[in-house]
Amino acid sequence: MSAPDDHPGMEIDLLKGSSRTLLNRVLLAQETWIAIAILVLGLVVSMIAPKFATPGNLLNIFQNACFIGIMAIGMTPVIISGGIDISVGSILGMCGVTLGIVLNADMPLVVGIVATLAMGVLCGAVNGTIIAYVKLPPFIVTLATLSIGRSLALVLTNNQVFYEFGRASDAIVALGGGYTLGLPNVVYALVIGVIVLHFLLTMSRWGRYLFAIGGNEPAARLSGIPVDLIKISAYAFSGFMVAVTAIFLVGWLGAVTNSIGTGYELQVIASTVIGGASLTGGFGSALGAGIGAILVETIRNALLLAGVNPFWQGTFVGCFILAAVLLERIRSVRR
Amino acid sequence: MPVLARLEHIVKDFGAVRALDNVSLDINEGEVLGLMGDNGAGKSTLVKTIAGNFQPTSGTYALEGKPVLLSGPADARRHGIEVVYQDLAICDNLTASANVFLGREIMRKLGPLKVLDHKSMNTRSAEIFRELKSETRPADLVMRMSGGQRQAVAIARTRLAKSKIVLMDEPTAAISVRQVAEVLALILRMKEQGLSVILISHRMPDVFEVCDRVVVMRRGRKVADKPIAQSSPEEVTGLITGAIQTA
Repeated sequence: MSAPDDHPGMEIDLLKGSSRTLLNRVLLAQETWIAIAILVLGLVVSMIAPKFATPGNLLNIFQNACFIGIMAIGMTPVIISGGIDISVGSILGMCGVTLGIVLNADMPLVVGIVATLAMGVLCGAVNGTIIAYVKLPPFIVTLATLSIGRSLALVLTNNQVFYEFGRASDAIVALGGGYTLGLPNVVYALVIGVIVLHFLLTMSRWGRYLFAIGGNEPAARLSGIPVDLIKISAYAFSGFMVAVTAIFLVGWLGAVTNSIGTGYELQVIASTVIGGASLTGGFGSALGAGIGAILVETIRNALLLAGVNPFWQGTFVGCFILAAVLLERIRSVRR
Repeated sequence: MPVLARLEHIVKDFGAVRALDNVSLDINEGEVLGLMGDNGAGKSTLVKTIAGNFQPTSGTYALEGKPVLLSGPADARRHGIEVVYQDLAICDNLTASANVFLGREIMRKLGPLKVLDHKSMNTRSAEIFRELKSETRPADLVMRMSGGQRQAVAIARTRLAKSKIVLMDEPTAAISVRQVAEVLALILRMKEQGLSVILISHRMPDVFEVCDRVVVMRRGRKVADKPIAQSSPEEVTGLITGAIQTA
């Protein structure tokens, strides 16, 4: 820092930005460290369990991670804006049930998809509207809708399981469980989701305003940002991504039970946080959400193949959440 | 110096409480005006009236000779009046340039889409920081910046709108001594560029260092309005506490 009457720094080019090199920035990114953790974990486990590193198993991990990953992409804008959506598991239930009911009534797949997406956006918009206009804390609002959504899914289905999808039967199974160019379809959904969200977060006004709201909400309001509408849209986006997950998940499972998605909210939030999003708002990335989901699924899969009692899975995932948040803290001191 | 804003016989009542009692004040072009007074003396009511947050109960408010009735801060901004808030209203997690342009981003076309034009915004911010002689880098996060640089970011926001009057509410209240010097230098830069600055401050040395004129408020009344050179910290203290009635 220099005194105001001498400006030794003025001859430097202000536009050069920080003096960090690209390598430096990559090394400082949470995503890099999570990717390294996945690789190390994979190497260790493949020494114990040779089955781990087979193409079939790796593909399996990737596919399983996609369902949580797509929902984590939806969760990311919500968390960036300083909110949280713990109702995603129940929204997944509502969306799955909607798809089941529509297809069971012998409707075409397109109608089912549109209805499911509409249900997801509606659920999210309800969350967002209550949070933005009634001004209740996001945790409480989505805790309530977690309960309401699961209950409505039971009411709508009367505890019935849907496995008859009428004329869309083959199409939905092909979409959710099928492959394109050697990769499961859901993988493409995740990759497209990461790219689209990355673009939105870095290049659009919407993304900029999400970060602003998460960083300093009163300041965002003073700057004339439509804070309430942006918040509603973040929850609606989360609902939309949950609906996308529901479509692939139902196709993959080939059936809809009303318990579909129960408990998913914890895995989704864990993935988002491991990927570098801050629950206090203002930070998060699309790639982080995807990579975080892959780490969580890798841990689960590795423990199973290594012959560890599955009861231990939660302990390991919990430790990784703590480690990721600590890592985030250390990095923010260094940068 | 031409008069930019003229307040005449302004009265502001809140129920039975008279917050401003017959206050008349001229704001001249290219002048730094120190506004002092104890808590509850009517400083912030006066500032909020100038900034359009409050409409006066009676009296006239004219900008560049034309009477105005400002409907709110956004209206005031359209008339070239900007406020730099005490808590700065800045997002720590965004870059300096993102903060400068917050809510009025420059967009460019990318095919059918409109996307943020980071390059133009950084270039324009760098120009403003250069005008302010601040070392703030547009692409750096505000969370890594000093108090003085953060003030520069807040002030740069007002420069974007080509404002004529900038109201600064306690800009030096929560920062270190060295950073205070930086902020005072920024105020002088704004004056050099022909802006009128109203500095609301409790810090006597700051007011005496940069202000051309000092106005003291006490119990809703203007008790002093004189060139800083003809006053002294002792006199202003007396005026604020009421030991001296008027000057």
